[in-house]
Amino acid sequence: MTSAAIDRATRALPDLPRDEDGPVFREPWEAQAFAMTLSLYDRGLFSWNEWAAALADEINIAQAAGDPDTGTTYYRHWLNTLEKMIARKGVATIETQHRYRDAWDHAADRTPHGAPIVLRPEDFPPSA
Amino acid sequence: MTDHDHHHDDHSELSETELRVRALETILTEKGYVDPAALDAIIQAYETKIGPHNGARVVAKAWSNPAFKRALLDDASKAVGTLGHVSRVGDHLIAVENTPERHNMVVCTLCSCYPWEMLGLPPVWYKAAPYRSRAVKDPRGVLADFGVSLPKETEIRVWDSTAETRFLVLPMRPKGTEGWSEAQLAELVTRDSMIGTGFPKLPGAPS
Repeated sequence: MTSAAIDRATRALPDLPRDEDGPVFREPWEAQAFAMTLSLYDRGLFSWNEWAAALADEINIAQAAGDPDTGTTYYRHWLNTLEKMIARKGVATIETQHRYRDAWDHAADRTPHGAPIVLRPEDFPPSA
Repeated sequence: MTDHDHHHDDHSELSETELRVRALETILTEKGYVDPAALDAIIQAYETKIGPHNGARVVAKAWSNPAFKRALLDDASKAVGTLGHVSRVGDHLIAVENTPERHNMVVCTLCSCYPWEMLGLPPVWYKAAPYRSRAVKDPRGVLADFGVSLPKETEIRVWDSTAETRFLVLPMRPKGTEGWSEAQLAELVTRDSMIGTGFPKLPGAPS
């Protein structure tokens, strides 16, 4: 991943939280979501224009529903956009995404505190 | 009912958001859309841009204020709480002080309780299981790998988080910083110095 790619992304996304050097993140998951999006862009799954439009839609929906839009929720909208984009591009349906989310929840539940959380096949419910 | 009556469940906990992010990462990796190493590299490039980095402020304050330092070593959760940025990692935090006689190093970074709010993100190598086991058996060798050499007579103590404790290493204040403000001192405090795998920056060294 080149810094030029990141520069292009920050130019295409004017509302991205940033400081003078570039993007900033409040929590690690925000950086993970950003990194996944950058990788998918790099693979040509979408253009930044397409991404920016989808993210704007997501933010509009949230604002209509009363989101205060103080900047603290930016990456929540980003994550919603990413999930929908992944479904729309046929990579994985929302149902599949939920299955994996629930499996990770199961993995966390059975992992003692202090140990690394690893996803195993048995974390998924048996298929019907 | 005191604080000590409060017990967390003994299993791991991930927030709804963290679960969703892990789900996507697993799916995209399995389908070959992303390479976890490439994701790590992007995140690592931003490691200093994630989270509030409270730890450096705490260390700088301890260096300049002896009363705060005593309070920090006595009860780090309480002392950090007085600074007004109590977060979930504020619970059960223990500060361990480096001295010429003893160097402290923290090894638990694998689980979901790593105090990134205080320390910033852990380095990628730090999450590797072999590191953890080697750090316990051969801490001096691991430190040498990171370019940290300590006098032979300095004892190295390795701390492993339990279910309810996280550690913050209080590094030694660099020489040549007499009269520095807390803000100036905080600039010298690195993530690695707070997990004991590095030293603070030296005054005048390029940042």
